[in-house]
Amino acid sequence: MEGKNQIVFPAETLELVAKIIKRYPEGKHKSALLPILHLAQAQWSWCSPEVMDYVASLLSLSPVEVYEVASFYTMFHLEPVGEHVIEYCRTGPCCLMGGVEVYDHLKKRLGIQTGETTADGKFTIKEVECLAACGWGPVFQIREKYHMHLTTEKVDQIIDELSK
Amino acid sequence: MKILTEHIDVPQIETIAVYKKNGGYKAVEKALKKMTPDEVTEEVKKSGLRGRGGAGFPMGMKWSFLAKPEGVPRYLVCNADESEPGTFKDHYLMWKSPHTLIEGMIVSSYALGANTSYIYVRGELMYVINILEKAIQEAYDQGLLGKNILGSGYDLDLFVQPGGGAYICGEETALLESLEGKRGNPRNKPPFPAVKGVWQCPTVVNNVESIAATSWIVNNGGDAYAAIGVGRSTGTKLISASGHIKKPGVYEIPLGITVEEFIYSDEWCGGIRDGHTLKAVVAGGSSVPILPADLILTTATGEKRLMTYESLSDGGFASGTMLGSGGFIVMDETTCIVHNTLTFARFYHHESCGQCSPCREGTGWMDKVIHRIEHGKGRKEDIDLLVDVAKKIEGNTICPLGDAAAWPVAAAIRHFRDEFEWHIEHPELATKDGAVYMRPGASWAR
Repeated sequence: MEGKNQIVFPAETLELVAKIIKRYPEGKHKSALLPILHLAQAQWSWCSPEVMDYVASLLSLSPVEVYEVASFYTMFHLEPVGEHVIEYCRTGPCCLMGGVEVYDHLKKRLGIQTGETTADGKFTIKEVECLAACGWGPVFQIREKYHMHLTTEKVDQIIDELSK
Repeated sequence: MKILTEHIDVPQIETIAVYKKNGGYKAVEKALKKMTPDEVTEEVKKSGLRGRGGAGFPMGMKWSFLAKPEGVPRYLVCNADESEPGTFKDHYLMWKSPHTLIEGMIVSSYALGANTSYIYVRGELMYVINILEKAIQEAYDQGLLGKNILGSGYDLDLFVQPGGGAYICGEETALLESLEGKRGNPRNKPPFPAVKGVWQCPTVVNNVESIAATSWIVNNGGDAYAAIGVGRSTGTKLISASGHIKKPGVYEIPLGITVEEFIYSDEWCGGIRDGHTLKAVVAGGSSVPILPADLILTTATGEKRLMTYESLSDGGFASGTMLGSGGFIVMDETTCIVHNTLTFARFYHHESCGQCSPCREGTGWMDKVIHRIEHGKGRKEDIDLLVDVAKKIEGNTICPLGDAAAWPVAAAIRHFRDEFEWHIEHPELATKDGAVYMRPGASWAR
């Protein structure tokens, strides 16, 4: 079934890509790489080599220029992830607010360790550094949403909600 | 005295209609129609405003370094890559009141003669990026961005650029590399961005809070801004308060109030949480030296310490710290300093870009050695080893991340050496859940 799994952005995303490239001076389209990698990850959930090659082709870059950038920044997943990626902040201020206990509870509840995905492919847990929400800690992020002032009860609620 | 946050809790202040109703965009009107770019710069110089990202460099002076060769575009790039542990003020300001930043961007871009400007926001804050983009669209729709703004003949395009999750991109040259679509490896200076910045064009990089303050300075004059504060610490500062206080959050303070007032007054942090005692504070984001309770409240010479650049650094690193980004992390007596230092060491290890060997290797060593101390595997010689590694990183790297990694470790040992020793000498006690060393006779000892 050639073409069925082909990696191509939908038409409206391609329009957005064209608009993003225009934000920069003529010839400086490489600047669009990070914004487009974010779009690609939103579309395909992770940056597979095929996805990165496609991004490279969109910007007339060599694939390695995309690999080296994607691997530098922690937001880009270079391996498959679950439907919901839970990225919890492990840095000092969140730990002061009881982060360690909350995150231990999260791991126990899902039965996985940091970096792992649940067997049903629903959840992945990742450890990240400071999310700039220290006064509202402990904090984790699921996609764009920040979940703040976390407690073990609140974690259970969020997981219940997402498991439905 | 509120400059940046006066209207921040007004419902729908994120919309241009409400923002304007509360006096918004008057500075654009005034600057573009009644002032020359140089006059705007002059007011910013007079204000004494210092870079609010952490370095505290005078903003007007930074602007005056911008090269202006004929026919070469120049750029203003806003550093909204806020990632310094303990700091969340820019996040708060952009989320609550995006137009405050956008107005400052227009005024500042005009002063610098930039016709295209960028706001580089850390990628994790995608929801804030969406808020900013919506607000920018509103400003375009009302003729506050785009061609011939308010009929002044001045053109400005403003774009938001997402980062990808890298603390190092808060360093201005790494940020510019990232804006060019590359890995965030800091550049050697010189040339400085003011001469060769993004795409090798003259560029000014300023923090969100600094840029946001320029609108008020245009409206009220640099002298009025300079009248707030103490000495060379003029104006107001957003402080991100976190940790064991009653009221964590972002507070806009006039520079010059005492640290004691900031921690204990109900107007600000509201004191330490009930039943607990102040042990230590990291006053300016994770990079700056931690101070024990006595030294954060008073200087080594017994004066009350103030929330100013000068007072916080009084005594140098022997007994002082820095205002930094204003990331104010408060710890009570339940805090294990070794564990907290481990989270910082791990942070810098994770965030080192790997370009300079002292930082790439040294941050790894510090992380590993503190990790083994924390987990009961510490060796007697480890404390001196940490001091030695920190010393070898400091000053030996292209960018300040090396210093930022070395200082918290060196300071934790300087002021809490007994706590590290206790971990090494009593691993069976130190590794118990919730175990914390109590210094005999300390003001926080139970």
